[in-house]
Amino acid sequence: MNVMRLSRRGFRLARAGAVALAFLAGLAAVPMPASALVSLDVTSGNINPIPIAIPNFLGGNSELGANIAAVITNDLKRSGLFVPVDPSAFPPAQNSTGVAPSFASWQPTNAQALVIGGVGVQPDGKLRAEVRLWDVFAGQQMMGQQFSATPDNWRRVAHIIADAIYKRMTGESGYFDSRIVFVEESGPKDRRVKKLAIMDQDGANLHYLTKGNDLVLTPRFSPSSQTVAYMSYGTDQPQVYLLNLATNKRSLVGKFPGMTFAPRFSPDGRSVTMSFQQEGSANIFSMDLASKQITRLTNDAAINTSPCYSPDGTQIVFESDRGGTQQLYVMGADGSNPRRITFGDGTYSTPVWSPRGDLIAFTRQAGGKFAIGVIKPDGSGMRILTEGFHNEGPTWAPNGRVIMFFRDVQGANGGPQLWTIDLTGYNEQRLPTPAFASDPAWSPLLN
Amino acid sequence: MSALVNVARGARVVAFIAAALLVAACARTPGGADRTGGASLSLSGAKPGSSQDFVVNVGDRVFFETDSTNLTATAVETLNKQVTWLNQYGRYAFTIEGHADERGTREYNIALGARRAETVRNYFIAHGIAANRMRTISYGKERPVAVCDDISCWSQNRRAVVVLDNAGV
Repeated sequence: MNVMRLSRRGFRLARAGAVALAFLAGLAAVPMPASALVSLDVTSGNINPIPIAIPNFLGGNSELGANIAAVITNDLKRSGLFVPVDPSAFPPAQNSTGVAPSFASWQPTNAQALVIGGVGVQPDGKLRAEVRLWDVFAGQQMMGQQFSATPDNWRRVAHIIADAIYKRMTGESGYFDSRIVFVEESGPKDRRVKKLAIMDQDGANLHYLTKGNDLVLTPRFSPSSQTVAYMSYGTDQPQVYLLNLATNKRSLVGKFPGMTFAPRFSPDGRSVTMSFQQEGSANIFSMDLASKQITRLTNDAAINTSPCYSPDGTQIVFESDRGGTQQLYVMGADGSNPRRITFGDGTYSTPVWSPRGDLIAFTRQAGGKFAIGVIKPDGSGMRILTEGFHNEGPTWAPNGRVIMFFRDVQGANGGPQLWTIDLTGYNEQRLPTPAFASDPAWSPLLN
Repeated sequence: MSALVNVARGARVVAFIAAALLVAACARTPGGADRTGGASLSLSGAKPGSSQDFVVNVGDRVFFETDSTNLTATAVETLNKQVTWLNQYGRYAFTIEGHADERGTREYNIALGARRAETVRNYFIAHGIAANRMRTISYGKERPVAVCDDISCWSQNRRAVVVLDNAGV
């Protein structure tokens, strides 16, 4: 078997210390006749999801094999682009991953794609997984890869495999090996306790980053996912803080006389843009994290806030009521040439630039409703994806395909919950959390 | 840092056609005076010059119309009573808390609450209260006092509250 080590990188996860996860790729294809392979056109709005069969991974540890298959199944199902085939329809399991499946016995399940994988813990203590993706009707291998990691990272291995399947089938990179930082809310509405929390994008591995003593809001990842910028109320003016996820150490981003809020990292991670409150006005600044040098980007007697860089770092989208109501504006990253991009009904806020660069997601308030929508950076192509009593605060999946936001449930006992929606406006789903949750921010891909 | 200080004061008036929400007509929620601890005292029970006296007989808060920082006639009336009281009892330092209702997005509401607190601060300074007695803080929409989902609650949450720092002195 021709196994090639493509890359090996250490990942420092919060409270997990240094974790090695090696990506070994290039399982040789089992020779097959060439024919058209199944693929998915993800550019149209109404997608027929691909039926895919994901049997439990082979190997000595049946629990681990079942768990990995379950994580992959859940990832692909939630994407809305795949429909997992009911395992009760599966033919008997094969003995080895190294042989071609019996396509004739899989065809009656109507699965177009088949995932055959194996997993085990090696004598050196490493978890090793291998996976092949098969086109059931063409009878061909579409992908073959191997991965190794410490056994406690088995969920990440499963997410990376799901990403590899997603990429092979859609042509787009995946988003499953990523995390969400958010604000967990508990207690009655007028005395909410808010904690920073972090979890995998599927809701697993949740843990808390703060204890709930201070009011915390609006966490956002650095590009490396190692640091979270957020706003916290302490004893004096609320300020922007940085939290190092590897050390769990908190630091003030800078000492300022007034309130600072609405932080976002630059794409190179070297600076943070945020709002400074000065008397009745909020203006946008950027701050170089190494030199602590600050640069003013807006200067008027208005509320200018929620700045967010374009992925190439050359522009910033923000909201301002300088024209009378909250609207979205785009300016150069140095503050030059601000121009308004929203002119429709209602007010627009919380702009977030897509990782692909082609769209900006926002919250719109109009007619007593709160909607999540997208618009092109030049102000054209505005589309509303979902609208209701209260939807707020979009954040993009790393591939720019899915938007997460929070939706407040009406009523004195209601509270915010996390939801996702596809860029097409379809596949709206709740992401369950143990308590109320708001202000989600999606990390880049971890690998 | 000098760039931070030289900012034009935000005395801008946002033109909104507010539908004359006479928020003053709304009953003040006694539970809203959550930091005073004296809400259960009767009118006659509040000792003059005490924080209870301020909350009960003067009124510790003013209300705003939707997405507005303009002072309504009722708000001005309350502020004038607060000015008289705060000038009479000069031993108090205090915090002006600015709040917004939940019908807005988080970061904007933080700035809106700050602007409301600043409006009250400017009014106090213009009426002879020393700036070094007061500080401001914005809680945005994070600290509602009324939790229903209609206008009767939202109008109570759009507020600026004077909290006496050394209450009980």
